Amino acid sequence: MSVAVEPTRTDKHRTRQRTKPGYVRMKSTRRGVDNPKRSVLLTVLTGIVLIYSLIPLVWLFINASKTQADLFTSFGLWFSGDFALFGNIGDTLAYDDGIFGRWFLNTVLYVVLGAGGATFLAVLGGYALAKFSFPGKKAVFAVVIGAVAVPGTALAVPTFLMFSEMGLTNTPWSVIIPSLISPFGLYLMWTFASEAIPTELLESARMDGAGEFRTFFQICLPLLGPGIVTVLLFTMVATWNNYFLPLIMLKDPAWYPLTLGLNAWNAQASTAGGEAIFNLVITGSLLTILPLIAAFLLLQRYWQSGLSAGAVKE
Amino acid sequence: MKSKISPAVLRGSALALAAALALTACGGGGNDAGGAAPAEVSADDVQAALDKGGDLTVWAWEPTLEKVVEDFEAEHPNVNIDLVNAGTGNDQYTALQNAIAAGSGVPDVAQVEYYALPQFALAESVQDLSGYGAGDLQDTFSPGPWSSVQANEGIYGLPMDSGPMALFYNTEVFEKYGVEVPTTWEEYVEAARTLHEADPNVYIANDTGDAGFATSLIWQAGGQPYTVDGTDVKVNFSDEGSTRFAETWQQLLDEDLLAPISSWSDEWYQGLGTGTIATLATGAWMPGNFTSGVPAAAGKWRAAPLPQWEEGGTASAENGGSSLTIPAASEQGALAYAFLDYANVGDGVQTRIDGGAFPATSAALESEEFLNSEFEYFGGQKANEIFAESAQNVSEGWSYLPFQVYANSIFNDTVGQAYVSDTPLKDGLKSWQDASIKYGTEQGFTVSE
Amino acid sequence: MTTASPPPAVLGTQPKPAKRAQKRPQKRSWSGWLFIGPFMAVFALVFLAPIAYSIFLSFFRNQLVGGNGFVGLANYSQALQDPQFWSSLLRVTLFLAVQVPVMLLIALLVALALDSGRLYGKSFFRISIFLPYAVPAVVASLMWGFMYGTRFGLVGNINSALGISLPNPLSPELILASIGNIVTWEFIGYNMLIFYSALRVIPKSLYEAAEIDGASQFRLVTAIKLPAIRGALVVAGIFSVIGSFQLFNEPAILQSLAPNSISTFFTPNLYAYSLSFSGQQYNYSATVAIIMGVITMVIAYAVQLRGMRKES
Repeated sequence: MSVAVEPTRTDKHRTRQRTKPGYVRMKSTRRGVDNPKRSVLLTVLTGIVLIYSLIPLVWLFINASKTQADLFTSFGLWFSGDFALFGNIGDTLAYDDGIFGRWFLNTVLYVVLGAGGATFLAVLGGYALAKFSFPGKKAVFAVVIGAVAVPGTALAVPTFLMFSEMGLTNTPWSVIIPSLISPFGLYLMWTFASEAIPTELLESARMDGAGEFRTFFQICLPLLGPGIVTVLLFTMVATWNNYFLPLIMLKDPAWYPLTLGLNAWNAQASTAGGEAIFNLVITGSLLTILPLIAAFLLLQRYWQSGLSAGAVKE
Repeated sequence: MKSKISPAVLRGSALALAAALALTACGGGGNDAGGAAPAEVSADDVQAALDKGGDLTVWAWEPTLEKVVEDFEAEHPNVNIDLVNAGTGNDQYTALQNAIAAGSGVPDVAQVEYYALPQFALAESVQDLSGYGAGDLQDTFSPGPWSSVQANEGIYGLPMDSGPMALFYNTEVFEKYGVEVPTTWEEYVEAARTLHEADPNVYIANDTGDAGFATSLIWQAGGQPYTVDGTDVKVNFSDEGSTRFAETWQQLLDEDLLAPISSWSDEWYQGLGTGTIATLATGAWMPGNFTSGVPAAAGKWRAAPLPQWEEGGTASAENGGSSLTIPAASEQGALAYAFLDYANVGDGVQTRIDGGAFPATSAALESEEFLNSEFEYFGGQKANEIFAESAQNVSEGWSYLPFQVYANSIFNDTVGQAYVSDTPLKDGLKSWQDASIKYGTEQGFTVSE
Repeated sequence: MTTASPPPAVLGTQPKPAKRAQKRPQKRSWSGWLFIGPFMAVFALVFLAPIAYSIFLSFFRNQLVGGNGFVGLANYSQALQDPQFWSSLLRVTLFLAVQVPVMLLIALLVALALDSGRLYGKSFFRISIFLPYAVPAVVASLMWGFMYGTRFGLVGNINSALGISLPNPLSPELILASIGNIVTWEFIGYNMLIFYSALRVIPKSLYEAAEIDGASQFRLVTAIKLPAIRGALVVAGIFSVIGSFQLFNEPAILQSLAPNSISTFFTPNLYAYSLSFSGQQYNYSATVAIIMGVITMVIAYAVQLRGMRKES
């Protein structure tokens, strides 16, 4: 093992990678039809799906800009009355001593630890599946898939009782620990790692006497970058939108994630003496999805190249 | 219902197995209902607990309790109360049952609606308060809620609020079409026809099938579909009261006179605001929801006595309302009772009335201040007079099933089908009856028709 | 635990490792467990232990009166004769048979359109169609539930604006289709992206060969593109099977708007939930869940086998 040879290896690998189909070729020069004639008809047809995808989001935005009174009296798909978006946002953030901010921070905490941890475990596990032969390997994925096929709603009570016994219920851990498992992430990393890490590279590292962990962290991890970003995005979405398990595990609204908080606000309209705050529910929903949309936009370059290598199979 | 699992048993075993025991071994207490003598806790004990102070966890979704808790803590600085909204209604019951099954995280006080209370009482998941002297409070509460907290010869909660029913109606709509406000259900059906004919967008009411509402109207009609004696249960919807309800409501359904909008949805709030839903027969706790949820129609709505099944009658029923209970697992019974007493009998009552809640104590219901208060939302009407009157006239003899939470959950699977198909309401009630009997039998009750 | 998000499962594509292992046999050793171990440990805690526990529970019956007792396989025989269970299973099977093909087909067409390079504003299309995936199922169902309203919702707005009378999307006849619409909306973009990514990495050489032959666009799609992304299609198919069988969030949330259209046994998952949470029938609920797990696995494996067989 010597630090000196490493750069060469990496260089070598990079060269390899470039010549291999499937990675760097995202903006490829493939096809003679590199700049095919754009089609208005095709654009219009795809535009139908686009409109379908966006209309509910437009609805959400428009209605987040309405006061509660306008919400109930005006046409759903157009602005009406005062443009109250900023007022609504202010009210949402201020309602009940600013609990929305607390929920937001909780969600961030769950995403950082839950999705971050899930990605970490998936990367390690996917790497093992891709690059090692070990006893029980074949069983691993079959067991994972089999377990995922059992409906989670029925497992909630058993899980609750176990967690309760461990003193974890009503703590952030009861949300974070179950979030640590992402079978899809494991699958993606498996496919990605088997593509992205040349086996020869590992073998030569081992021959140099590098420890398994050192090999992994110093040589392999950098190669897995795009795949990690992809898995991170998927686990982020899953954690950010997590609803059912926190519903069972958490009693204290101070630990709620956003989804649960919004649901509580929505339910508030249906209790005696409860205040109906549909405008805040709608504005809160908008605020809830904005960070994810921002993350999509910012990370889309990485995430798409990562998905390509992961999802494809020739 | 889970009850009584010794924490020691749990701690002793390996993790998964222990949890397994919690779920499977703890159901045994169910049929002890009524067997154990309630703990004797004197007023002195309660006072001593108050002086000593301590921490209480209260699970409730009732918004006015926040102020009550604040005042209580101010008065008793030694006591620290953690008020937690652990979900509304069924969500909270699920949480409570889970906590009881797990043997940890059980609150010291829990809000439980009247319809759900028999279920908790039967399993003794909540304490019989007779031993705390709750039996002396008979005259403190109005009859409806008071009878609702009794089960198995015990008192399983203190009434927090009540929902004597009234008819809320949109005067503007009635005036516009020259329709009299109905005083009987027969007139109600007539009014429904006239209004809907005059404007097809206007409905007398919305209804997509609501167990609480249907049972309340049957209650008002003098029906007694449920008879409960310990674990002997009768379910029968062919009595006169139930039949009356079914026949009347069938007319409304047949002629499409009910708006197919579910209560509490945003569409419902819209309908109440725009006058397309002309009336609402519900509990007296509704005004607060009107004020916050339907501000657009302020001044247009009024309250009236609930329409009658007999001309000239005065019968009423309760709809909704809840009690505060002390879960069996609480180790702070005396202190918890002190809070219950403060919130539901003492100064808390007035605090909650000021916050818009509808009380369950006779004193409050009879006080001049309460009766004379004018509701701005109802155009200055002294609506409490009507509600208080209704509270006095709640029909006697009603009881809910000791598994009403489940029964209500399948109402729409059975009775609800009459709202969306040709199934007659009568048949719907019959299949509800059958399904309830089936469940009760499976759960070990002796159930008959 | 994923009940809402697409069940993140893809067994279809056990990718190269197997093949490669043949070419270059790896030394079997336990060191792989250093890396897979942490995942499996947490997995055992949050999946395997509750499942084992559920299996254990399924052999007991706990009554409100009379307590708990061992009943052997009685819960299983009850479930297999339970008309409500079968009706829920039939419903999700119908859902699977209609919604999944429609969703995957639309997703595939969009992916092909994007890949053809003939769209104006391609990246705008790509990101916009993917956006609904960011919306929590809870929020999506609330939004669509509102729009479905025939009185004051969007459907109602359209009715009064155009003077027509659209059928009620929340009626018992249409509710399954309406839920299908929500699920389709949520996951078109997600599947589109999987397909699109697979299309992007088809080796250039294949196209060049086809071009020399003068193949038409249509021919290019059927002869090259579709076979090349079969793996991705199988993956998406398996996802969707599991997703359909576990349908829960959307009907659970719409239930408050359409209580008579969505029964407590509308889907198997909803049934298991109602049994457990309204009826305290934890044992029976666990039984239903385990039966559903087995059925789901069998079908997912069947899809995989079918996909693989075609391939070889």
